[in-house]
Amino acid sequence: MSDLDTSEKILPGTAPAEDVIFQLEGDADFDTGEMSLSIGPAHPATHGVLRVVLDMDGERIREARPVIGYMHRGFEKLAEYRDYRQIMALTNRHDWLSGFCNELGVALAVEKMMEMEVPDRAQWIRMLLAEWNRVLNHLMFIGSYALELGAITPMFYAFREREDIQFLLESATGGRLHFTYNQPGGVKIDLPKGFLRESARLVDETRSRLSDYVDLVLGNEIFQARTKGIGALPPEVALAYGVTGPTLQATGVPEDSRVTEPYLKYGEIDVRVPTGDNGDSFDRFAVLLGRVEASLEVIDQIHDHIGPGPVNTKLPKMVKAPEGFTYVRTENPLGQLGYYLHSDGSKNPWRFKMRTPSFSNVQVLPYLLEGQLMPDAVAILGSVFFVVGDVDR
Amino acid sequence: MGVMESVELPKPLKFVFNWGRKYSLWAFNFGLACCAIEFIAASAARHDFIRLGVIPFAHGPRQADLLMVSGTLTDKMAPAIKRLYDEMPEPKYVVSFGSCANCGGPYWDSYSVTKGVDQIIPVDVYVPGCPPRPEALLEGIVALQDRIQNESLPQRMEDRRPIILGTDGQLHALPAAEAAAKAAEADAEVRRQVEGVRP
Repeated sequence: MSDLDTSEKILPGTAPAEDVIFQLEGDADFDTGEMSLSIGPAHPATHGVLRVVLDMDGERIREARPVIGYMHRGFEKLAEYRDYRQIMALTNRHDWLSGFCNELGVALAVEKMMEMEVPDRAQWIRMLLAEWNRVLNHLMFIGSYALELGAITPMFYAFREREDIQFLLESATGGRLHFTYNQPGGVKIDLPKGFLRESARLVDETRSRLSDYVDLVLGNEIFQARTKGIGALPPEVALAYGVTGPTLQATGVPEDSRVTEPYLKYGEIDVRVPTGDNGDSFDRFAVLLGRVEASLEVIDQIHDHIGPGPVNTKLPKMVKAPEGFTYVRTENPLGQLGYYLHSDGSKNPWRFKMRTPSFSNVQVLPYLLEGQLMPDAVAILGSVFFVVGDVDR
Repeated sequence: MGVMESVELPKPLKFVFNWGRKYSLWAFNFGLACCAIEFIAASAARHDFIRLGVIPFAHGPRQADLLMVSGTLTDKMAPAIKRLYDEMPEPKYVVSFGSCANCGGPYWDSYSVTKGVDQIIPVDVYVPGCPPRPEALLEGIVALQDRIQNESLPQRMEDRRPIILGTDGQLHALPAAEAAAKAAEADAEVRRQVEGVRP
């Protein structure tokens, strides 16, 4: 990926320019005029309230325009009126499938500003829970993507695993989706007794059940027919649009900030980054499954490293970041999450800017959908992994 | 409005009809945010509200009896939900699932969030929590089913007082006429006191 090819085909208006007009032979009067089709905002295939306006030419999509903002809740502005501990509760919710990883980013940013030392055990605990959260997130997408292609069963399988993992995380944090477990300088409380034993057991169980998904979904003939070669994304286009996470890795770029720019203790362990070859919908799904397996490997390593010790540092009554600014990037389940924190020395941030992975991933939709057939639109929409709250903030 | 809504049915007939309606609630999930995930969890294997007769596979609002609003409603989204609600046939029920749908939740001071779905459409059951556990949704559904079993449709058309989970019943909103009478009474009382002090 050394030379970025920024040729004109990157632009959405000029992608695959072959004959996109669908014509029935022998029926010249058949009207294949253009029509505009609006998917969403309340459509199950868009994972929430994303709206995609498709300009159709018969069965072909001539142009796709994502309309975002139906879930805009003003996180960045609200963060300016919350103190640093309250921001954790807020950031939990913008990407609701990866709450722990979100709050981790804020904690790291505040610690960087305050130059805080975080105890070793707290860092390992954070990594452990972040990886479990990654598994949770990916399981949701594994289930829902199969659901969008017409298979209901994988959803129930995914939620069987999710419930077990949520039960584990709940025992430590008290939350099922939104954990609010981090605080500047560590985590709120230590893990409960027997957590690591249960976690190790769950790793084995989840790993043994992953073969279910491979048999049921990935190896499925119908699934392969619907996803292979559909929505192929070249790596240079993905990089030009700022696509990150599994969607980028499926194109063959092994970019993962846990490896390329390690934070916490990720430098001390091996993180495997699964990649794909073609960057099509099938590869994206396969990478997602591979990432679950990689996360389970990471969790195994964390179990070996985690030792006794304190889990947090004493905090002043009011956490105040010193004047200045910082940018922290972490690897969220869906890609790279960046927090730009600008403080004027008071208890609230002066500016709190988010760089969310889903927002960048959605930008590539016009490129992917252009020139595709209508039935493939859902297969593409579901495989570019995004959470609408993360898009709109 | 049909015959069912305008005529008071005989008691045995009403019992049978209500019993039938209670256990075949076709739900239209209006999944907006985090709560939608907990809604799916409630419909999945462990919690499984399908065993209560709530079927989350309504093809659209026109085939649904129950609208589940789960998540944050923004001002941009509000017209869409009003339209979907209007498309539903009577008798229709609304469950507001989660703090955001109840009152704005953690975004109570946001510039773009509607502070409660009840500003747009009438709500039958409020389920509090951020997000509520699936068990809370089950409780909400059971509360709604109790109501359906005991209700008379003509009365419902006039008065839709909501159920608020987690309260003892004292906080239930009053029907409009009663509330207006109470407010007028309170006003009169204040005026009497003020006039008593300053003749």
